[in-house]
Amino acid sequence: MGKSEKLVQWDPYDVKEKLLEKYPPKVARKRAKQIMINEAQENSTPEIVANVRTIPGIITMRGCTYAGCKGVIMGPTSDIVNLVHGPIGCSFYAWLTRRNQTSANGEGGENFVPYAMSTDMQDSDIIFGGEKKLEAAIQEAYDLFHPKGIAVFATCPVGLIGDDIHAVAKKMKDKFGDCNVFAFSCEGYKGVSQSAGHHIANNQVFTHLVGTSPTEKTDKYKINLLGEYNIGGDGFEIDRILEKCGITNIATFSGNSTYDQFASANQADLSCVMCHRSINYVADMLETKYGIPWIKVNFIGAEASAKSLRKIAEYFGDKELIDRVEEVITEEMPAVKATIDSVFPRTEGKTAMLFVGGSRAHHYQELFKEMGMTTISAGYEFAHRDDYEGRHIIPDLKVDADSRNIEEIHVEPDPELFRPRKTEEEIKALEDQGYEFKSYEGLNPDMDEKTIVVDDLNQYEAEKLVELMKPDLFCAGIKEKYSIQKLGIPMKQLHSYDSGGPYAGFKGAINFYNEIDRLVNSKVWGFMKAPWQENPELSATYVWE
Amino acid sequence: MLLKHTPEEITERKALMINPAKTCQPIGAMYAALGVKGCLPHSHGSQGCCAYHRSTLTRHYKEPISAATSSFTEGASVFGGQANLLQAINNIFTVYEPEAIAVHTTCLSETIGDDLPQIFDKAIKEKKVPEGKTVFGAPTPSYVGSHVTGFSNMVKAMAALAESSGKRNGKVNILPGWVEPSDMEELKRMADMIGIEITMYPDTSGVLNGPLTGKYDMFPEGGASLSDIKESGDATGTLALGEWCSAEAARTLDSRCKVPCSILDMPFGLAATDRFVDALRTVGGTSVPEELSRERGKLVDFISDMHQYFYGKKVALVGDPDQLIAMTEFLVSIDMCPVHVITGTPGKKFEKKIKALTESQEYEVNVKAAGDMFLLHQWIKNDPVDVIIGNTYCKYIARDEDTPLVRWGFPILDRQGHQHFPTVGYMGGLRLLEKILGVLLDRKDRDDSEMTFELVL
Repeated sequence: MGKSEKLVQWDPYDVKEKLLEKYPPKVARKRAKQIMINEAQENSTPEIVANVRTIPGIITMRGCTYAGCKGVIMGPTSDIVNLVHGPIGCSFYAWLTRRNQTSANGEGGENFVPYAMSTDMQDSDIIFGGEKKLEAAIQEAYDLFHPKGIAVFATCPVGLIGDDIHAVAKKMKDKFGDCNVFAFSCEGYKGVSQSAGHHIANNQVFTHLVGTSPTEKTDKYKINLLGEYNIGGDGFEIDRILEKCGITNIATFSGNSTYDQFASANQADLSCVMCHRSINYVADMLETKYGIPWIKVNFIGAEASAKSLRKIAEYFGDKELIDRVEEVITEEMPAVKATIDSVFPRTEGKTAMLFVGGSRAHHYQELFKEMGMTTISAGYEFAHRDDYEGRHIIPDLKVDADSRNIEEIHVEPDPELFRPRKTEEEIKALEDQGYEFKSYEGLNPDMDEKTIVVDDLNQYEAEKLVELMKPDLFCAGIKEKYSIQKLGIPMKQLHSYDSGGPYAGFKGAINFYNEIDRLVNSKVWGFMKAPWQENPELSATYVWE
Repeated sequence: MLLKHTPEEITERKALMINPAKTCQPIGAMYAALGVKGCLPHSHGSQGCCAYHRSTLTRHYKEPISAATSSFTEGASVFGGQANLLQAINNIFTVYEPEAIAVHTTCLSETIGDDLPQIFDKAIKEKKVPEGKTVFGAPTPSYVGSHVTGFSNMVKAMAALAESSGKRNGKVNILPGWVEPSDMEELKRMADMIGIEITMYPDTSGVLNGPLTGKYDMFPEGGASLSDIKESGDATGTLALGEWCSAEAARTLDSRCKVPCSILDMPFGLAATDRFVDALRTVGGTSVPEELSRERGKLVDFISDMHQYFYGKKVALVGDPDQLIAMTEFLVSIDMCPVHVITGTPGKKFEKKIKALTESQEYEVNVKAAGDMFLLHQWIKNDPVDVIIGNTYCKYIARDEDTPLVRWGFPILDRQGHQHFPTVGYMGGLRLLEKILGVLLDRKDRDDSEMTFELVL
């Protein structure tokens, strides 16, 4: 597409109207509340409706609770056997498709990531109940692998037929003595999206794993990294940087994680939250039960990474660490800068749309900004209102029937392990300097005025948005990828990236700049018309005349 | 090692499936429905099923896969999914305007007992289905059979749309089974060469191997038209390719519309293709053109030219029953040795059939239906092979055991070409052999010592 064609004038209100015009009235009314024009208002941000039911028949990007629980949160853990209780499909589809990398491949470490395990329920199990088969499957997994832990996941029919997976897990755990068996009631029909599954996973990991490690971690600067899933090696790059700074990452939830990491998470002195949506529950519980404060960080984007490192150093407050962090940033930045300088002339002024996840549609805007690209529309697939508008609206959140179905666990300070990491005065002193604990302002404040924010964007709206606003790049998931590309617009998959990565940290930023440069400037977008289609008139001249 | 916890010693498992060689019914139903022109597949269950199937098919084809879902919530799971499906039907016809919706169920809607025909009737009564549009569907409980069963059930639902006018139209129905769009294109080309007018369904060619033109059509030009499917009840006969994929639909056509059928093996390899071509010319009453006989001759020529490299090579096979039966026959016919054969799809008949095909072989053949890739890997550890033929998941075994892999089957998530280059028919047979030969000789070139390394092979 040539530059001249790019100067499309659009009014956001017109665009919104066009997105809605074909819908049946009921659908239009519902969708209107999930499509918001970002405007500055006095003392408040405009309200968006999010985390509500998907409309039957409207082709959604969303997945299910099981996908959020098994696929996203528990999938990346290497040394826990993940056993799916249900018909075969759920286990099959979540088998290695998220591109979670693990370092447990070498000699020694246990790695069950390449294994898909299932009870492969048959009709007789549906009729007579599947508890016996589950019990036998847990036994067989134990006999074959002797893992530290076996996690059991419920799929849709399990909840309906009433198999008590928690009782079976408990029975087997008691029987084995040396293997922790625990279960997740993450049936696909629960909640309205993957998000419910994250919550269910968080609760169970917190209940069954955290605080159970017998080994004491004695490093000086200990953090947890929450909501990082090591897709395409993101977590490896963040760990490289943290290590270089002298910061110890006790537990990543859950990229490249191990049983012992989860078990030791209570020993960190600070929790750093990457993906607010999927993991803020654990951050809150770690604080209440063990006294670990949490901050929001973002390692997507070079500047954002630098800022996050400084924030961590400021928390610990040691000059040694603060200086080391500055040294590392100084060392890392020249390569970043060199790449930006090289791609900038080709990416500046280009526009992007991002519709992913519960944090990614926000985080990746940092990288686009660094390349001189503008995000003209964005939204989340499974976020809640606080991810758009900021955590200050949490007290106003309406708890609907679908959210009420998801267990909320109540946590109290642990009588033995609770230990405030800082005194109230220390916390206050930091806050007085502008340091923000437990703070996330959401996506909306970072987007330009009059940009269009859409929650749970669907295929029809995606196509319309592209047609009307003609972005240079669209970012969503694999299901959306090829319908967008058929329109001649490059599409970057930002869930599991399709290929490539890492995109986190400094080296990741460099990879991302190059990847986006490759995508938006690929020659292929100019090949779509054959010469005779560009120039259909017949001409009778011969070149050799 | 990637699969380092897989022990060589085989212990019996009764409850635990590890690394499946199958997936669930609904994805097969979705794939089949994509082969009907203007048809939107619809998954009646919670939205994760639809998301997973669309993702897997998208990764396999690198093409848009449109399909809708009833998006069950806990409420729908308790009270039934009728309201969701009615709303979905209305929304789909209003927003996407397909010609038809092909609904398949899931373990969720089957467990609660939703009755599709009753819901369709209600939708029609409530005028949610516009004049001239079609809603049809198939029960596809995930806890029965496999993805192949789901495919078969949806093709059967298509056959149930056929009507009989009482007059034969001289056409031949071909039910291709779950093969690639390229294969379906090739079957049409072969029928065209023989000069027979056919109706083929499903037909995903032109749907899942489309061009990039700057235009996106949710419903591309390809696919079997609903009118052709309806008229298939007037055909002279039906050739059903693959017992597991296509026999049920062929029998439906026979019992509903009295269209006689032959159930053939899928035409992979020389002998199965011979039988297909022979059946086609017999039922159509035409003769086979010289051109097609020449194609056959090329395949025979290739086998004789390169026989020394195929001869005695041991193969591990994993995939779907119809494909594996034809492939086993083909491999035996070129003197390769299929020693381990596994499908995840249940059916004792499969084991019998493979045993019969390998009866003359002098070695022991391991064969299992309702097996898994964990067992296949253990077999390979106990009795190593020269080449593995199967889907992308085999690459973990192939790497650990340092064994060449030919990707063939579903899903293929890490290579491309299957949607463009057929493996059915004589030309498809050539492509299969080229691929097998390629990995065997690459391996030989890698492993030969500098002294024995050769230019000419």
